[in-house]
Amino acid sequence: MAATITLREGAPKPKTPVWTLVQIWVGRLVLVGVAVWMVYKLVQVGPAQFFQSAVDGLSNGTLYALIALGYTLVYGIIELINFAHGDLFMLGTIFSAWVLSDVLNQSTVSVAGWLSLVVALVAVMAICGSINGTIELLAYRRLRRAPKLAPLITAVGMSFILQQVGLILNGSTPKQWPSVLPQGGFSIGGVQIAWTFITVLCVTIPLLLLMSFIVQRTRRGKAMRATAQDQDAARLMGINVNRTISFTFILGGALAGAAGVMYQQTVGTTAYNLGQQLGLIAFTAAVLGGIGNLTGAVLGGVIIGVIQGVNEGLPLLGQRWSQSVVFTVLILLIIFKPEGILGKPTTEKV
Amino acid sequence: MATEVTTARQAPPTRRRARGLSYNAKWAIGFAIAAFVVFALYQWFLPNANANVQSFFNDWAPMSVLDECMVWMICALGLNVVVGYAGLLDLGYVAFWAIGGYIAGWFFSDFVFGVSWSFFGSARPGEPGIHVNFLLVLLIAAGFAALAGVMIGAPTLRLKSDYLALVTLGFGEITSQVFRNGDDIFGHNLDNGTRGITPLDPIKIFGFRLGPFDLTYQFLVMVFLVAVVVFVSLRLRHGRLGRAWLAIREDELAASMMGVPLMRTKLAAYGVGAVAGGLGGVAFAAHINAVIPDRFDFSISITLLAMVVLGGMGNVWGVMVGALVLAWINANGLKQFGTTFNSSFHTNINFPSYNFGLFGLILVLMMLFRREGLIPEARTKLLLREPDRAMLEAHGAEVDEVEP
Repeated sequence: MAATITLREGAPKPKTPVWTLVQIWVGRLVLVGVAVWMVYKLVQVGPAQFFQSAVDGLSNGTLYALIALGYTLVYGIIELINFAHGDLFMLGTIFSAWVLSDVLNQSTVSVAGWLSLVVALVAVMAICGSINGTIELLAYRRLRRAPKLAPLITAVGMSFILQQVGLILNGSTPKQWPSVLPQGGFSIGGVQIAWTFITVLCVTIPLLLLMSFIVQRTRRGKAMRATAQDQDAARLMGINVNRTISFTFILGGALAGAAGVMYQQTVGTTAYNLGQQLGLIAFTAAVLGGIGNLTGAVLGGVIIGVIQGVNEGLPLLGQRWSQSVVFTVLILLIIFKPEGILGKPTTEKV
Repeated sequence: MATEVTTARQAPPTRRRARGLSYNAKWAIGFAIAAFVVFALYQWFLPNANANVQSFFNDWAPMSVLDECMVWMICALGLNVVVGYAGLLDLGYVAFWAIGGYIAGWFFSDFVFGVSWSFFGSARPGEPGIHVNFLLVLLIAAGFAALAGVMIGAPTLRLKSDYLALVTLGFGEITSQVFRNGDDIFGHNLDNGTRGITPLDPIKIFGFRLGPFDLTYQFLVMVFLVAVVVFVSLRLRHGRLGRAWLAIREDELAASMMGVPLMRTKLAAYGVGAVAGGLGGVAFAAHINAVIPDRFDFSISITLLAMVVLGGMGNVWGVMVGALVLAWINANGLKQFGTTFNSSFHTNINFPSYNFGLFGLILVLMMLFRREGLIPEARTKLLLREPDRAMLEAHGAEVDEVEP
């Protein structure tokens, strides 16, 4: 008896397997190599171009942050990777184009244009929020108690259904739309900053602040956090868990809608398969920041945006490798630091 | 982990083997007869049948579509090992298909310049490129695919299921992008990029040369490959490894407590699944006589997943039916149905454009209403059904709903 106790107390830490060590060191080598290469490129092209491409990436990054928030909210509360979220964003771009160009018929920079942008923002956020809420109601709610594989496969299926909707609405080829945002920009120290970027910031930052207000300060937000921690306990405390989860989905959907409007206005194209790519990039952002962590999602979105911008702008590997770069970041991250930058390490290995 | 049940899930009593032929012999004979009937139908009966019958078969199930269905079947069976047996969600399975395809592209065509090397190949002497015998190409592809499977599996298999899904997805996307951009990797042309590699060598087995139009004989080759994969799946399923997979699928923690080496077993599932993917890749490349990177995108992985889910995860026969149905719908069925529908109701609906929604709908509806698939495996049915509370408590279980 005593022997076992001393064994437990005094036993040396179990040795890390060689293979794991090899993996860790290979991972570090890769990271160092990439860093060296980036510095080399930075010296080669000069800081102005570096910052230019970083700023370009930042503009996308803020949009990724909005989408990533939707992922992180849903994952935080029911531990589901909502594969359909990116496609919801895609529908957001299409609805935005529809509201602005077809219904309100705005195509130039004007006061009416600004007003209709606000109208479009509200409308698309409402539409996307209700779509996401409906999906939750119809599909995920019934799978609350099912094994994990089931909701995951359902989410993949939903993503395809939404893509089909996008295909019907938008057609199989990408469409180009006019923008109501002012073009051009100003420059600071040789770095061109577009007005559209400023507009995106003006829309996203208040939204993010509102989000954090809802989650941190309101009763609903408290219910959300409680549900995320422990559903049963939350239910015992009188929280309507189903309604809280629905609310989370609606919130995430609305953010995806807002991102959709801003993307459609800044980039100007809509395509039915946009959501898959951007959704995955945004999910990478959410993982990078620490999934389930709201600040982390925003940070991750910005970082991924900058990485992508630098990769395409310098160029490191160029646009045609963009997807691979982001996914490599994702894979390395999940393997070596699954809890992300701001997430808390959990005892369970993800 | 929706509900953690502390009662043991009771497996149904295994069916006693009937006297006489073993299960393996039975299915092998049935399979061979079915394959021969199809072969005979297309090879000897159809050319002599009247025009109506001929056009019916040509419209609804031409031989080339059947061949393609067989390729899908091979890959779906491979994915079934990973998803159905071991319960690991793999969303990047198309990578193995692509790897198999490109192995065929490199070792089975005149793509590789400046070498003229033939190893029991079917090329004429003096032709450039590497020409390895078809069967050997299959082996090489299987080896490379297994290697790739183990390589992607080794660092990622300790992840939780949803993260694993994501990493495999990323791996699939990276692989297809690497192949798509392969015409300029540090200035080297590795695979012609988006143009793809074409044409490939004719298949040559035991002295027979099959051209691209010998579809019925190609069908025999494909059926043989399907049979190999079915045989391997069935044998593994009943063996030690298969039981370990099922144990992991049903409860990882319990399995590891029972002494199942988790990593090695999961890696084996990945390896075996990848081998089937590689075989499917070679078969597909030989079938369409080309390797085109656009054929290897994410939707292929999802279609394969839909096949496995539709047919019944873990049940070889179910997956085969699922693969046959969906591959047929994808290749020919939906189009033909649309043509018939449009001409009889005078509408103009573009049915093939709806296959995205159709596949999504299949996944969602199956998950909501019939999670065990069309032809369920008894164990999967028990596993995927949500036990009701009364039943659990009757077993004396503590119903403990942890984070759904």
